[in-house]
Amino acid sequence: MLGWHRKIERNAIGLVLGIIGVASIGGIVEIAPLFTIGATVETVSDMRVYTPLEVAGRNIYMREGCYACHSQMIRTLRDEVERYGPYSLAVESQYDHPHLWGSKRTGPDLARLGNKYSDTWHVTHLYNPRDVVPESKMPAYRWLLRDTARIDDLGAHLAALRAVGVPYTDEMIANASADAFGQANPDSSEAGGVSERYGAGTNVRLFDGDAERLTEMDALVAYLQILGGLTDVARTADLAQED
Amino acid sequence: MIAQLTRDERALAIVITGALATIGLAMAAGGRNDLMGSHGWIVLLLAGAVLIALMRGYDGPDPDPERLSRYYDDPTKVGVFLTLTWGVVGMAFGVWVAALLAWPDLTFDAGWASFGRIRPAHTSGVIFGFGGNALIATSFHVLQRTTRARLPDQLSPWFVLLGYNLFCVLAATGYFMGMTQSREYAEPEWYADIWLVIVWVVYFAIYLRTLARRTEPHIYVANWYYMAFILVVAILHIVNNLAVPVSLFGAKSYSLFSGVQDAMTQWWYGHNAVAFFLTAGFLGMMYYYLPKRAGRPIFSYRLSIISFWGITFMYMWAGSHHLHYTALPHWVQTLGMAFSVVLLVPSWASAANALLTLNGAWHKVRDDAVLRFMMLAAIFYGLTTFEGSFMAIRPVNALSHYTDWTVGHVHAGALGWVAMITFGSLYALVPWIWKRPGLYSRRLVEVHFWLALSGTIVYVFAMWNSGIIQGLMWRTYNESGTLTYSFIDSLVAMHPYYIARTLGGTLFLLGALCAAYNIFMTVRMRVPAPDDAISDAPASRPQLQAGE
Repeated sequence: MLGWHRKIERNAIGLVLGIIGVASIGGIVEIAPLFTIGATVETVSDMRVYTPLEVAGRNIYMREGCYACHSQMIRTLRDEVERYGPYSLAVESQYDHPHLWGSKRTGPDLARLGNKYSDTWHVTHLYNPRDVVPESKMPAYRWLLRDTARIDDLGAHLAALRAVGVPYTDEMIANASADAFGQANPDSSEAGGVSERYGAGTNVRLFDGDAERLTEMDALVAYLQILGGLTDVARTADLAQED
Repeated sequence: MIAQLTRDERALAIVITGALATIGLAMAAGGRNDLMGSHGWIVLLLAGAVLIALMRGYDGPDPDPERLSRYYDDPTKVGVFLTLTWGVVGMAFGVWVAALLAWPDLTFDAGWASFGRIRPAHTSGVIFGFGGNALIATSFHVLQRTTRARLPDQLSPWFVLLGYNLFCVLAATGYFMGMTQSREYAEPEWYADIWLVIVWVVYFAIYLRTLARRTEPHIYVANWYYMAFILVVAILHIVNNLAVPVSLFGAKSYSLFSGVQDAMTQWWYGHNAVAFFLTAGFLGMMYYYLPKRAGRPIFSYRLSIISFWGITFMYMWAGSHHLHYTALPHWVQTLGMAFSVVLLVPSWASAANALLTLNGAWHKVRDDAVLRFMMLAAIFYGLTTFEGSFMAIRPVNALSHYTDWTVGHVHAGALGWVAMITFGSLYALVPWIWKRPGLYSRRLVEVHFWLALSGTIVYVFAMWNSGIIQGLMWRTYNESGTLTYSFIDSLVAMHPYYIARTLGGTLFLLGALCAAYNIFMTVRMRVPAPDDAISDAPASRPQLQAGE
């Protein structure tokens, strides 16, 4: 029985090829079909892309490692649906490069956080979580109010996202910085273009309540307020109701 | 270090570090308005320091030709100290992040010190810094002994060791500044990933070149595992890190895949980083140091074959058990669960092979804390793989996923298996390669052993308790059919366990400090070992082979 092995273990290249061959099978069988089987990701008509400000906010979410404690994936379990809302569908993270499903809930799931709390609540909570939730273990992110958000390079970010498959138009890329400014300054002339390009339902607000500066807080709150809101499919379609 | 390089190698080293310093300068200049700029300065500074040292040593005499009749252990020696340094630093950060969950204001209003940034510094510090350096250092040692051949040259091992540590430094400093791909255990940004690929290719080439020079016809089982570690980590690393950078001089990149495909790729990587970095590599370590220290041949050649190919084949299917009940298609979840359960067979084959090897040497286990470290590692390996298969079963995972139970499971493996086998192997290795009669203090090894064991137990029990309580509280319904507990209720219930886990981690860290001190003092001892006390056989003596 072990004769073949005595041969292979005398041959370095044979061993190398054996390892590569044997180890590759699992990944090929499990991952490759996810790109080819159409039913893996649902097709919906109302799915929109992230606005430039939301992209900036999402990058802050990643930078601060929020995903280490907050999932964005509601499982198909009764208690999760009752606690957090309809379970997550694949299409909802279709434009998430990378995905932020998370693996740990030191804090609650955020997949349907959008529009659950007011902007003011978020700003107060991020500034010092224990001001609104005394038992909270979350760090205080005070620097988000101190630091100005960087929006001048958002066109390049959108272009990179388009390169990996997010359908941003040339117009969206060209106006990325202006749209980011407009979304956080509803009274400015740039505000109109945001709803024009990203839909009438887009949140255009003074997220941090301060019209003087566009802070990182503006960007992060804009992102948190859109979580679960890129498409309504999970709330409206029948498929989300059955368990 | 430099005196042992030949003239040609010194020249090549100058070219390499010069090129690296130039790249660093370009990154610093081109990325001056981006976080990449700071990394440019770090690369420039480190490469520049090595470059200056090389230039100063360039004119020294050629190394003694006698060296070619001896093994080349200097990179291993430096690797041992890098392992200990990263271990202590990485574990200290672990204690800090643990404390943050009990006392969240320990961030001191500094971005770099917040939980989300120092948590990857802890995980990368211990997995890649401590674990990776231990694997590189021991693999060079084991490779030479089991092939009875010297490393092929003197430059490439240094390139691998120092280049790998440059990657670790870029990773850790990047997190503090906020650079991350947010892919767990694959956080470093695109240019650090490319650098690691280069280092890894050279590492693999060392393996092939040494094997080509071997004077031992069979390739010993430890090397199968080290090779599987190198090869599969390369595959995983490259596929999982495919990304498009925003600009050539910007740190930020966007992953090629999105959503469900991205999640599956990430956990295919994530779980197999556990399999091939933290399991295969350390099994390689175990298959050499445990039988050597016990003075017994491996119990069963057959079991080692079954276990090796079983692990190499089946682990790669298991990643999807991280995504039970998610938007990942059901069939992938089911495959992942099935393979995770069957995976127990090859895992226990290895654990049993290790423990049965100790038959006839149990008195040594009693008396020798070094061997006891290795025995305990095999036991924890068996326990953790059982727990892993169990947690991969879908209904169990419904309870355990997203909770501290997962964290406890990981630490049973990381503290109980990876760190124990590493410390055991280092304690065995250090007197051999430095040619000392023994360790500076056997008593300190005992102290370390009990600190490590008690720390692991406190940690793991705390996380089992908190994880299961958490999971149960999230799904408890009251009589009127609504959820009994709010999320914050479950968080409040965690508080005592978070304190206990900080304590457990502190005990383990104290143990690591004992190890660092003990090994440092052993190296400083100026007593040469009598010849017969050196159990490290020279190239001409027969080597220990797998029992047949």
